[in-house]
Amino acid sequence: MNWPSWQPEALDWLPYRAWQALCIFLVLQIPPILVSFLVWLERRLSAWIQDRLGPNRVGPFGLLQSVADLMKFMFKEDVVPGQVNRVLFTMAPALALIPSFMAFSLLPFAERFRMTDLDSGLLMLFALSSLAVYGIQIGGWASNSKYALLGGIRASAQIISYELTMGLAAAVVVLFTGTLRLSAIVEWQAEHRLLGFLPAWTVFVFPAGTLAFLVFITSAFAETNRLPFDMPEAESELCAGYHTEYSSMKFALFFLGEYTAMIVMSGLMTTLFFGGWTLFGLENAFEGTIAQTLVQTGIWWAKTMGFLVVYIWIRWTLPRFRYDQLMRLGWKVFLPVSLANLLLAAWMRTWEIGGRS
Amino acid sequence: MSYVPVDRPRLSLADRLVFPAILKGMLITASHVFDKKVTMEYPEEKWTLPEYYRGVPALVKDDAGREKCVACSLCEFVCPPRAITIVPEERPGEGREEKQPEVFDIDMLRCIFCGYCEEVCPEEAIFMSKEYELVGASREEMVFPKEKLYEIGGVRPDRFKKWKNADDEAAAEKGH
Repeated sequence: MNWPSWQPEALDWLPYRAWQALCIFLVLQIPPILVSFLVWLERRLSAWIQDRLGPNRVGPFGLLQSVADLMKFMFKEDVVPGQVNRVLFTMAPALALIPSFMAFSLLPFAERFRMTDLDSGLLMLFALSSLAVYGIQIGGWASNSKYALLGGIRASAQIISYELTMGLAAAVVVLFTGTLRLSAIVEWQAEHRLLGFLPAWTVFVFPAGTLAFLVFITSAFAETNRLPFDMPEAESELCAGYHTEYSSMKFALFFLGEYTAMIVMSGLMTTLFFGGWTLFGLENAFEGTIAQTLVQTGIWWAKTMGFLVVYIWIRWTLPRFRYDQLMRLGWKVFLPVSLANLLLAAWMRTWEIGGRS
Repeated sequence: MSYVPVDRPRLSLADRLVFPAILKGMLITASHVFDKKVTMEYPEEKWTLPEYYRGVPALVKDDAGREKCVACSLCEFVCPPRAITIVPEERPGEGREEKQPEVFDIDMLRCIFCGYCEEVCPEEAIFMSKEYELVGASREEMVFPKEKLYEIGGVRPDRFKKWKNADDEAAAEKGH
C-alpha cells in the first residue's frame, strides 16, 4: 500500500522509514513530557492563585516534581480489586490514552512540519476525541464499583452532549475555510484579511466566528472533563469517578490521557480559531529556511501553551457546575446557539461578509 | 405566611451571558498570582515561639554546671502518661547529703507536653524547652536519656543559690 508522505523538503535526505520513526518518536514523547510539565504548571499556578508557593523543592523551581511523581507511580503497588473484569480493567487506561495520542499526531505544527495531514483531518480528530469516552466508560464499568460506574456514565453522557456543540462550532470554521484539512484551514486564515489589516483568524470573524470560538472553548472544557465541568471525577460526590479503583501506572495512564486530550484540544483551538502557526507575518520572517519552520513551530506551541494556561486558570477560578446545570447548558443553551450560529455563518459566507481576500 | 419571599436580583444581560463575569473572575484570580504568598518555607523559615511555648521537657544545670535534679521522683509521679523513669542514686558528698538521678529517661513517644513536671519540680530542674523537632528512627531512640535531656536543657542560672554556703566554704578552703 502506498501511504501519502508529508516529509518536509528540508528533511529530504532522511529515508522515509526514518522520518516515520521520527514522527512516531515525537508523538510518543512530546505529550508525556509536556504533560509532566503541565502537571507542575497546574500545581504551581493553582498555588499562586491561592497565595501559596506550590512544589518548589525538586529541581529548579520544582520542575522535577513530576519526575518524582512518576517514580512514585512506577514503584507503587498496582492494586487490582477483586470482582473487577480483569481484561477490560487492564485495557481501559490504554483505551483512554491511545486516541489522545493519535489525535495529537494529526495537528500541523508548521507549514513544513506536520506528521500527518489528512484531507479529513478535522473529522478524524473528532472521531478520535470521541473514542476517548470508551476508555473512561469501560474503565468505570469494569471497576465494578458504583462510584466508578456513575463517573463513567456521566462522562459518556457529557462527552456525547458536548461533542455535538463542539462539532457545530467547528463546522462554522469549515464553512468559512471550505476545507477539513487542518493545514488548509490555517492557510486560509493566513491568506485572508479582515478590514484590510487584521489576519482572518476565525475568532476575529465577527460575529459567527467569535461565537463559535466561545462555544468551542466551553465544549472543549466539557469534552476533556476539566473543571468547571469535571462531572466524571467530581471529588465531592464520586470519590474520583471512573478511576476510583485504579492505582499506580494504570491511574497515571488515565491522567496522561486526560492531559494529552487537553493538549490536543488547545492545539485544535489554536489551529481552528487562532491562525495556527501564523502571527502577523512573523511566520514568514525567515522565508524558505529551517528557521522559518522553527519560528512557526514556536508560535504554534506558544499559542497552545496559552490555551493550556487558560485551562488551568479557569479551573482555579470557577466553581463546579451541578450535573443538571451542565446538561441544561449543553442541550438547551449551547445546542440552539450553535445551530443558529451555523446559520449565521452560512449567511455571512453567502454574502461574503468577513474573510474576503 | 409560612414563607419569606426572596427578591431575586434582576440580572443584567451581561450577567446572564456569563462570559463577562467569568473574565472578571479570571482577573481576580490572576491578580492573586502576583500577591504576597503566605506559605512559610519550613526548614528555612521557622515560627517565632511565644514565651509560654511548651516543647520538649529538658533537664537543666545550675551556674556551676551541677545537676539540679535531686531525684525526688515528683515529676515521675505526676506525669500523666508516665513518660518519665527515674532511678535515684546517692550523690558523692559535696558538703550536703543529696540524691541524684542515676537514670532519668523521658519517653518522648509518651510525653504529652503538659508541663506538669516543670510545675511540680521543687528544684526547678526540669523545664519545657522550645525544642519541637523530635525525630527518631526507632522507639528506643525516642526515649531520651539524661545526657540528651541536659544537652537540650543546658544551663539555667538559679534565682536562689542552694549551694552557696558549700561553695563559699570550698572557696575559703582553697584560700587557705
